[in-house]
Amino acid sequence: MASESTMAHPFEDAPNHVTPTVIHDPILSKTDFRSVGTRPLRPDGLDKVTGRARYGADFNMPGQLVGLVLRSPHAHAKIKKIDTSKAEKLPGVKAVVTAADLPDHTGGDQSMYDILENCMARGVAKYDGHAVAAVAAVDAPTARKALKLIKVDYEVLPHVTDVDEAVKPNAPLVNPRMLTEGVEPKPKKASNIAKRTEFGHGDVDAGFKEADVIVTRSFRTEQTHQGYIEPHACVASVSPDGTGELWVCTQGHFVYRNHCAMLLGMDVSKLRVTSSEIGGGFGGKTHVWAEPVALALSRKANRPVKVTMTREEVFRASGPTSASSIDVKIGARKDGAIVAADATLRFTCGPYYGMWAELGSMTAFACYDLKNVRTVGYEVLVNRPKTAAYRAPSAPMAAFAVESVMDELAHKIGMNAVDFRIKNAAKQGTRASYGPVYGPIGIGATLEAAKKHPHMKAPLGKNQGRGMACGFWFNFGGQTCTDINVGPDGSVTLTVGTVDVGGSRASIALCVAEELGVPYEQVKCIVADTGTLGHNDMTDGSRGTFSSSMAGIFAARNAITVLRERAARMWEIPVEHVTWEDGHAKAVGEKYGNLAPLSLKEIAAAAGNTGGPIAGHSEIVADGAGVSFATHIADVEVDPETGRSKIVRYTVIQDAGKAVHPAYVEGQYQGGAAQGIGWALNEEYIYGKDGRLQNPGFLDYRIPVCSDLPMIDTQILEIPNPNHPYGVRGVGETSIVPPLAAIANAMSNAFGVRMTHVPMSPPRVLKALEAAKKA
Amino acid sequence: MAVLVSTAINGDTVEFACDPHESLLDVLRNRLGLSGAKEGCGTGDCGACSVQVDGRVVCACLMLGVEAEGRDIETVEGMSHGTELHPLQSKFLEHAALQCGVCTPGFLMAAKALLEHNPDPTEEEIRFGLAGNLCRCTGYDKIVRAVQDAAKVMRG
Amino acid sequence: MAEIHLWGALRPAAGGASTVSVDAKTIRELFRKLEETYPGMAPHIARGVAVSIDGRIYRDDWGRDLPEGSEIYLLPRIQGG
Repeated sequence: MASESTMAHPFEDAPNHVTPTVIHDPILSKTDFRSVGTRPLRPDGLDKVTGRARYGADFNMPGQLVGLVLRSPHAHAKIKKIDTSKAEKLPGVKAVVTAADLPDHTGGDQSMYDILENCMARGVAKYDGHAVAAVAAVDAPTARKALKLIKVDYEVLPHVTDVDEAVKPNAPLVNPRMLTEGVEPKPKKASNIAKRTEFGHGDVDAGFKEADVIVTRSFRTEQTHQGYIEPHACVASVSPDGTGELWVCTQGHFVYRNHCAMLLGMDVSKLRVTSSEIGGGFGGKTHVWAEPVALALSRKANRPVKVTMTREEVFRASGPTSASSIDVKIGARKDGAIVAADATLRFTCGPYYGMWAELGSMTAFACYDLKNVRTVGYEVLVNRPKTAAYRAPSAPMAAFAVESVMDELAHKIGMNAVDFRIKNAAKQGTRASYGPVYGPIGIGATLEAAKKHPHMKAPLGKNQGRGMACGFWFNFGGQTCTDINVGPDGSVTLTVGTVDVGGSRASIALCVAEELGVPYEQVKCIVADTGTLGHNDMTDGSRGTFSSSMAGIFAARNAITVLRERAARMWEIPVEHVTWEDGHAKAVGEKYGNLAPLSLKEIAAAAGNTGGPIAGHSEIVADGAGVSFATHIADVEVDPETGRSKIVRYTVIQDAGKAVHPAYVEGQYQGGAAQGIGWALNEEYIYGKDGRLQNPGFLDYRIPVCSDLPMIDTQILEIPNPNHPYGVRGVGETSIVPPLAAIANAMSNAFGVRMTHVPMSPPRVLKALEAAKKA
Repeated sequence: MAVLVSTAINGDTVEFACDPHESLLDVLRNRLGLSGAKEGCGTGDCGACSVQVDGRVVCACLMLGVEAEGRDIETVEGMSHGTELHPLQSKFLEHAALQCGVCTPGFLMAAKALLEHNPDPTEEEIRFGLAGNLCRCTGYDKIVRAVQDAAKVMRG
Repeated sequence: MAEIHLWGALRPAAGGASTVSVDAKTIRELFRKLEETYPGMAPHIARGVAVSIDGRIYRDDWGRDLPEGSEIYLLPRIQGG
């Protein structure tokens, strides 16, 4: 157990962040937790501090080959011919594959076809780094030599990588067949806009007429990468009988199985996928990249094949999130009431259809109670890697734009930024800007907590400014399958199918221990392979702990039913007279009340004589995830000579519903904030005029290091989610949403300079400071 | 042409043959079965492959296997003594200083070297001492606290 | 008859209307009848549509009842990181 109270806190005035603020909800009866809310050691911890844990690249199969991928050096090029004959003849090369070895089995499923094409270019390379061929050889030097022997005849095509350039009428077409969806009449001419979408309610134009003050601004954010430290890695083995095995680092091995089986034309049940320990994903390991290629190589070579991406490949060909261009207009009355809000959002998707602007459009104004609101989103195709989800995908960019304008508007009205937001905050019963009406939510509570937080009143130093911003993410649940097996000694194996990215095995075990009434140490949680358990959706959308704990609790209830029956048989009494309390079967009623309770261990020991193994199961669709809100406070110091910014103090306040393992909830808050800070200040994909990525490495794509950050203070609020038996909400994603705007607002408060382009890197800040000086 | 190399790893004498171009990281992982050190970048930017060579932290991806000749190498696998964890290992667990854990071996090696040279570092010294190691999950807060706490324990 | 609210991308398939009336008792029936009446919605439904019933969002479960008088919003089936 961590004894954090003994640790010196960096800021004496900060409240003890270990104690969550609990707001009880009458809907939930369960508030007296014994295991949930404690901070035990995680079951996989020991292996991870001793080097024993096995990640994607830490596994090998007998006779394994090394697979390498050849990638396009062009942003956009027709592949006229690929000559692999020389590579195939090189001694030690066992297989060479191109798109011809991955025939189309997608049966008209466009999103799967896009994934297939993204895994291996089909006739046209659509971005710098797009895979065009792959080899499997006995060792890495031979494979590298073979790649050089593959001759690709390209016809370079005009390209476009910039979001605003791509929507211009004469821009080069990324997909000449793309007709914009969601507009009437249906366009006849192709463009780079894959889709138009719209959300909102009320009458925005009429609303703006009531406004005393209107702020309109345009913003841009650059493309960032999830930046997980572990590159994609897998070992694939396909036998001539059509069965296969895949060891892979993934956020969802069941989804990878389904994808790979479809793309390879295999039976789903014949492909067994095991998820390794995962070295970070943040959305970047939610769909397949090199895995189908590894399987195709293995199938052709009839040998296991290991494919590990280099960091350069990770940057050029996997991830990243969208670059965006956003216009925001918000109007308010002098009393601080917002009368109308409008935003247009353009998000890059890479070369394929996506829903990124759509997610930005849904989340942009979700924090507020608005009578008149509209968001319009455009999905924009560019010659960049296929956009993948990145932690609360699209919400950080939308919040950057909206929360910046919110601050400016508050300033113009002469209202405190927090009070302005409190006045307009969404609450239970508010119609969300994306449609439905909210249940119990925590935006107001996080704002009130921010207002009261000592951070808000702490003195600032020279060249320092303080800013705050809010953030929202939906969270979702999805398909979940969980097993509980009671061993003959009464210990419990909890088998889940959601990949553990940040401590969820501990959290789910805590919930099951709570429900069974046994100590946490008695429950061992493992992540099963796809052959062992029914389908589970991925660990994304902040669903891992939410949905698997729900399924775990239901499986425990199912096991308790069995345990009561077995106890009844042992006692030879009717099961109706047996209850389950504190990990024991208890007989109730005048006739039986004097029987000594039977422990889980005692019932388990007799299982063979009372009906066989004792197990509990649960297969659910975990609908009803509770939306999650956060408010962040940031103190930023800017060096006016260099434009370099440093975060000197940072506070995250977020609603967790119920914090199952508070240490890992804090970890999610802190980690998301750190990613947001990196995005705000440094991280960006830089493309040259030639459409090639210029910074595909951690030296030039700089993510925050230890010396860049202060301690990140956290405050957990608990506004229970009425749709989860313990009130749990997802906590993984919201924390990345507010930092961009919180930091921009801090800079504005320090220097009166409104930054509208993220990242706010030293050259951009310096330019803005100099422009302000001249003005 | 493979080269025969004789070295000490975690106190044991080890002999291996490797190609002259092979990195120490590849030798550790692919030839010696020591996969605790991870390859996060292969260019010395992430520190996930940190090991100690003669008491200094080195990115194993930037050193050649043949350069290990006659050196004293320590990896994460050699940190604990029997069943007794090094205080840094215990404190990383207690403080929840790891989420995905892939950077953890590198952080442990870098933190161990830091505390060996400076048993009572300030927060700033810890932050700069670990600035060569990337973590994308934790925001470093709990890592710094774990190192502070371990330093306290190690000072006795 | 349930009144169904459409988000912007679905509206062109319904001639620009922001709401449509459908005689449906479950989500499954709703999707089937939407596809019959407004074929333009079929690709969206295939790609994934979530249904909000009185503020609670169902992303997957087609068996859910649509209670009489409930407020129903269609939403994109969101992705996460």
